[in-house]
Amino acid sequence: MSDLEAFRTEVRAWVHENAPESLRGTSGSGPFEGYWGGSKCEETDPDLLRWRDLGIEKGWTAPSWPREYGGGGLTHAQEEIIHAEMKTIGVPRPVAGQGLAMFGPVLLEYGNDAQRAQHLPGIARGEVRWCQGYSEPNAGSDLANLQLKAERDGDEFVLNGQKIWTSHANLSDWICCLTRTDPNAPKKQMGISVMLADLNTPGITVRRIDLISGYSPFCETFFDNVRVPVDQLVGTENEGWTIAKAILGHERSSIGRSIARQPGSAQREVLARARKHLGAADGAVPDPLLRDELASLGMREEAFHLTLARIQQSAASGAPGPEGSITKIVGTELKQKRFELGMKVAGTQGLGWEGPGFDDDDLEYTRDWLRSRASTIEGGSSEIQRNIISKRVLGLPEGKK
Amino acid sequence: MSGHTAPSLLLNDEQKMLSKTAHEFIRDHAPASRIRTFRDSKDETGFSRELWSEMADLGWLGLQIPEQYDGLGLGFFDLCVVLEQSGRELMPEPFVSTLLLGTQALLLGGTEAQKEALLPGIAAGETLVTVGYEESGSHGDASKVSMAARKSVDGFELSGEKMQVLDGHLAGRIIVSAATSESGYTLFLLDPAQSGVTITRQSRIDGLNAAIVRLESVSVTGEAIVGELDCGGPLLQLVFDRAAVGLSAQMLGASEQAFADTIEYIKEREQFGVPIGSFQALQHRAVSVYTELALTRSVVLAAARAIDEVPDDVPRLASLAKAMASETFMHAAQEAIQMHGGIGVTDEHDIGFYIKRAQATYMTFGKPSEHRQRWAELHGY
Repeated sequence: MSDLEAFRTEVRAWVHENAPESLRGTSGSGPFEGYWGGSKCEETDPDLLRWRDLGIEKGWTAPSWPREYGGGGLTHAQEEIIHAEMKTIGVPRPVAGQGLAMFGPVLLEYGNDAQRAQHLPGIARGEVRWCQGYSEPNAGSDLANLQLKAERDGDEFVLNGQKIWTSHANLSDWICCLTRTDPNAPKKQMGISVMLADLNTPGITVRRIDLISGYSPFCETFFDNVRVPVDQLVGTENEGWTIAKAILGHERSSIGRSIARQPGSAQREVLARARKHLGAADGAVPDPLLRDELASLGMREEAFHLTLARIQQSAASGAPGPEGSITKIVGTELKQKRFELGMKVAGTQGLGWEGPGFDDDDLEYTRDWLRSRASTIEGGSSEIQRNIISKRVLGLPEGKK
Repeated sequence: MSGHTAPSLLLNDEQKMLSKTAHEFIRDHAPASRIRTFRDSKDETGFSRELWSEMADLGWLGLQIPEQYDGLGLGFFDLCVVLEQSGRELMPEPFVSTLLLGTQALLLGGTEAQKEALLPGIAAGETLVTVGYEESGSHGDASKVSMAARKSVDGFELSGEKMQVLDGHLAGRIIVSAATSESGYTLFLLDPAQSGVTITRQSRIDGLNAAIVRLESVSVTGEAIVGELDCGGPLLQLVFDRAAVGLSAQMLGASEQAFADTIEYIKEREQFGVPIGSFQALQHRAVSVYTELALTRSVVLAAARAIDEVPDDVPRLASLAKAMASETFMHAAQEAIQMHGGIGVTDEHDIGFYIKRAQATYMTFGKPSEHRQRWAELHGY
């Protein structure tokens, strides 16, 4: 038995012994499911909190981070195994969120020791919640067009401008911002710097954005003479675009995985709705065309999960392939197909916004369907993802956009 | 993989080496252009006997055949490694007829005597064994069997006609399905040299070789039965599941090659002063094919692994693999022609052979819609 297989056996035993019963089968164990923490967190589920504490104690909230920063000091291959074993029984990771999935890895790669020591332990323990500050009203897919101004003033940068789509900024403690430090740089990709800001700093205002679903997971964040100490500059001033691309890479792969849920769950969910609304108690779905569509969905879902497993296996064997690049596109489009079909089988009972005549599950489903329309836009639209794969994986020449 | 850990979808070191060796051998010795050569020269064999023997010497034909019958005793997964590579160049050699249909029927239902008599010859590349199940009007539904086997004094007398029997023109043995009762049919192993057997060669778009096999009162004894009397249906289903997975591996390889050729072409072909591969309209479509290929590879590997390790999961995963590989191959072949432009629809260019094979494989061992229907039934809806 290889060392990794021995490690898997050990992890499996630990997870089986320690994961709270109530959490099993509830999660696809993606990086954005479960306990997000932070100073504004109001989580009270004792099992979730106990699972968090067990994970922290073991160093398994951030398995591959160094021990001195609250991690487990393990290899990426071992980390893959821990996450895979949690997924196998459907428990969430002990701590989730953008700090673990994106900003921690970026600080490990590009930050300095002082920044790592300041920020990583709080992320690993789920005590400090982070959000992103990339997009701006005029910098969406064309992110390098960002304009949030950061001017040096002694030991501080002074930030002025606006960020948008700052997910859950209202619930977060810190924000990782892309700023414009040199407005005169010859190319827009130059003159960008990455900075970390405490959301309690005077001059920061957060406003929630209402979406078509009626939910507000996103915010706008305004900066009015916000003073950020220079020691919160990550990497080299004006050379932040490389770091930005790395952050977006982490975001892409995280979104793909976070969408995965449990294998077969999309098919089960739509089948349950079909039976509820079309009255096919437990036999065949009466409409052969809908049955065919549902089978297509179920097959695609299985193919997606097998592909995630294959990616995870090749990462665990130390030879990750280029397939990781497709998970965001496939995962988000699968999610949309699931909701489209779930809405189709509900017919007019899926049209409720609120109030009488519609049951709560259907009302929530309809909101989730609307929410799902954002999934192929946020975190880099599917079109941007295709540009990236075209260039980096297929090696096709860059053309006019 | 509902609830349990996914089986390994990776190749081990030996399999990686096998894949690389097969890839290079086939690329160097068996380019897809041979399809045109065999067709235009009206070659009587339609494939290369020499190449088939060489592959036997390399051990590829007996990969999955147990050692007691002179094979290597490895798994179906290993066979799929070679099948994938054989698909890249659309090899017309008798992989489907002999390794997927004949061999699997013998392994799953053959008597000891049948296996001893035939499997060593298959592994050595000397014997071809095929299965005839298609009939005029059966439209791919193998349960519609008009060929009849009437009880005789010392066995059965078979009469009827099978269509598009792969490699039926050269097979040393042909297994046919024939009705033996109101409700069931039986598989019989025939020697085409027997009296009453007429073989008529057919010509198909895809370069695979096929024949009409006509039987007129052909006598066989009970020893010719493969499997159990009246139980040909369930046995043939098991054979088809394996054959569908093996064919899907070939389709995966063919799709990969058509895609690779297309990417290479659009990087080089210039219009408006730039490579056409710099156009976003083509780039995004190319990425769509790439995405489907990645998904299809996962399901084919999972299905092949299940044949060796998780038999209960085979029907589901075989249907998944065949449905996806069929759609992916067709999609990849259509896009390949479109992106090649005018040259893509000429007979001079090899890319057209890919869409012909895609159409043929799409229709073989169940269309995607039939597999989706089966998937739905297997999931209780």
